[in-house]
Amino acid sequence: MSPSPVLAMRGIDKAFLGVPVLRSVDLDIEPGEVHALVGENGAGKSTLMKILAGVHTADAGTIELHGRAVSFTHPLQAQHAGIATVFQEFNLLPELSVAENLHLGREPRRRGLIDRRAMAERTAELLADLGVDDLAPAAKAGTLSVPRRQIVEIARAMSQGADLICMDEPTAALADAEVELLYRLVERLRDKGVSVLYVSHRLREIFDLCDRITVLKDGERVATVDTPDITPDELVTAMVGRRIEAVFPEPLPGTETGEVRLRVEGGGNAHVDGIDLEVRAGEIVGLAGLQGSGRTEVAEAVFGITPFTRGTVAVDGAPKRITGPRKAIAAGLALVTEDRKAQGLALNQSVKANARMVLDANARVHSRERLARIDGVLSGLDLVSQGGDQEVQYLSGGNQQKVVVAKWLAAEPGVIVLDEPTRGIDVGAKHKLYSAIRSLAAEGLAVLLITSELIEVIGLADRIVVLHDGRIAGELPAGATEQQVMAYATGRSPA
Amino acid sequence: MSPRRLDTTALIYLALAGVVAVGGAAVAMDGGNLFSTANLVDMFTRTSLTGFLAIGMTLVILCRSLDLSVGYTAALSSLVAATTMDGDPGRIVLGVAAALLVSGLIGAAGGAVVAFLGVNPFIATLGVGLIIKGYLDTRYKGPAGDVPALFQQFGYTRVAFLPISTIVMLALAAAGIWFLRSTRTGHHMYAVGGDIDIARMSGVRTKRVLMAAHVLCGMAAGTAGLLLAARFGTGSAESYTNLYELDAIAAVVLGGTLLLGGRGGIAGTVAGVLILAVLDTVFNVMQINPFAKDVLRGAIIIAAVAIYARRQLGRTARRPRFDAATTGAGTGRP
Repeated sequence: MSPSPVLAMRGIDKAFLGVPVLRSVDLDIEPGEVHALVGENGAGKSTLMKILAGVHTADAGTIELHGRAVSFTHPLQAQHAGIATVFQEFNLLPELSVAENLHLGREPRRRGLIDRRAMAERTAELLADLGVDDLAPAAKAGTLSVPRRQIVEIARAMSQGADLICMDEPTAALADAEVELLYRLVERLRDKGVSVLYVSHRLREIFDLCDRITVLKDGERVATVDTPDITPDELVTAMVGRRIEAVFPEPLPGTETGEVRLRVEGGGNAHVDGIDLEVRAGEIVGLAGLQGSGRTEVAEAVFGITPFTRGTVAVDGAPKRITGPRKAIAAGLALVTEDRKAQGLALNQSVKANARMVLDANARVHSRERLARIDGVLSGLDLVSQGGDQEVQYLSGGNQQKVVVAKWLAAEPGVIVLDEPTRGIDVGAKHKLYSAIRSLAAEGLAVLLITSELIEVIGLADRIVVLHDGRIAGELPAGATEQQVMAYATGRSPA
Repeated sequence: MSPRRLDTTALIYLALAGVVAVGGAAVAMDGGNLFSTANLVDMFTRTSLTGFLAIGMTLVILCRSLDLSVGYTAALSSLVAATTMDGDPGRIVLGVAAALLVSGLIGAAGGAVVAFLGVNPFIATLGVGLIIKGYLDTRYKGPAGDVPALFQQFGYTRVAFLPISTIVMLALAAAGIWFLRSTRTGHHMYAVGGDIDIARMSGVRTKRVLMAAHVLCGMAAGTAGLLLAARFGTGSAESYTNLYELDAIAAVVLGGTLLLGGRGGIAGTVAGVLILAVLDTVFNVMQINPFAKDVLRGAIIIAAVAIYARRQLGRTARRPRFDAATTGAGTGRP
């Protein structure tokens, strides 16, 4: 290891609300090195990157840039220190031109006025320097394709004099041909002596591009290796490894797998394709996949938010054209959305008002009967609250989630889709939700469980469908290992 | 969206030409002439007052803010100007300066509440407007002050069919276009309105930019107040009852500036002002019932904004991973 790395992070700790996300992580990056940061969902990659970008501040540990200790409390400080970050959500203003975006906040001036000619010239130079010759400086950023926006972001990082560029899943939204362009760009950066921290789930890219690999698992650094010294299989094993066994409840007695309640054949739209899916009564089917693999998009297609434009959907054997949420509800579907606070609950309304929302809007049931049903559902879920009139914003995450589930159960669905039901919920409450999911199955519901936590799919699902790049990469029976799921999820066949 | 698609400003001027053509034809069928000197004078006279207000309003709306106090600011400015001048031609400059100073301060007050206290601009500037209204209602029971004849020229003189006030308004518009394009503060208004967080992360001093927009908007309203004073020969507190601010917002939105900020400009706003003026003159010449006139105006504004909204939709859609042409065959299973 050379004596003067560009970046040296030592003993970085970070916790959110008391939950440790990073534990004593070290990271060294050499000049001109492309360094991969890999790990499962939730391993702490994004947090580490956000600490580098000045979005979060580490609780403990030191960061040295070129041997000098730094600490960032604001993203601008990181930028000025020479660390640029290209996030997945773009930080370009769509209505401004490429040149204007590149120079935002640092416009060249002549006699106090913006010098647009100089701006265009500098932009052309920067782009030429990156080997990009077909991007007009005057084009509006909003009209560019995703890889071109990335080029602009990278060019902006270069123009700020960055010598470390962090890229968060840069290829997540790219088609294969576009990935080639990014490869060229990264290699160009390396040739110019700029270091790149490359966060990706795609093993192929990591082995194609990166010089070294740091593996994070459960917030800790497992290993840093030279790429030639490790095989893809070894890398996957390192990423999942052995971990503390979480305790998952067994299926309840009397749970029987019955008729197919939801069947999707050849489902596809702009975001997913070739989706074949079957969920039977009493069955929990896990839908696994890495971030951006299309899990939520499948849920949204089934529920008619962004409907399938190809293929067929049948509920309880009857073909259905589900073109919107109302149709989905009428067909007996329920969707517990990923973002509980934004899409699941009216936060400043009461438990009761939230719980009756779906029923009120969709079912022709007498109001007295409705109230009785909601009371029944709420008490069945062991909701801890100060009563039905309490505003849901004051409930804990776990209890909020129960209100969302209650609102759907009140409509007596046959199929329930749970998108990240345990996100942001503490461990004890998670366990209660697992039991609740088991009892949904025992009552004969078909459950489609979407989760980014591998251990949850493995612990709960009777079958696991793995998505990769918007398509089904493979299907695994209960008892599959994390390695098998991960292999499909990263676009390889299981060993 | 295809790069060949018509730029919004061009579209608005095309719409303006259409409105002129249709209006001209309608008036002609009615046996009149929309382009007679009298009608042209009427038309352009209508543009100056709304124009001043709309130019300032464009700046705040570009920043994703709003100013509902401009009508009241204009009324107050007319009083400040008229009472300061007090019939003495020697005090014209002083009166103009006082009016612009007061209106700029009002803009600064509203801007500070928006930028530093984080109050929603709708509420903040409505509040500022109500405070001015209360002051005007208690302090001034009727017209006050006296505008010297020399300054009244600003309200009445014209070159051929172009009133001086319209020429001044167009000059201010040109200055505004230059300001947005060539100064950092102006340029940064697009960034602040586009995404204030991205702007801040890029090192733009967002609060300062917001303040500048509000101060300039207040001063533009002050200029409108000067025009009111010149036209009436006196300061007029009641002029706020005309709800000029709503006309100004309508003109800005008609002109293609997004109410959500970050997109648009003063060139479009001028076209919006002209479209409203042409419509009003046409309705006037054809003696259309004033209620029907409001209905037509409302319908036209809604239609225009609906068209912009549709154009905007295509830009913001999530990027497709699969397009219908290339997929559907494989099941994706290995």
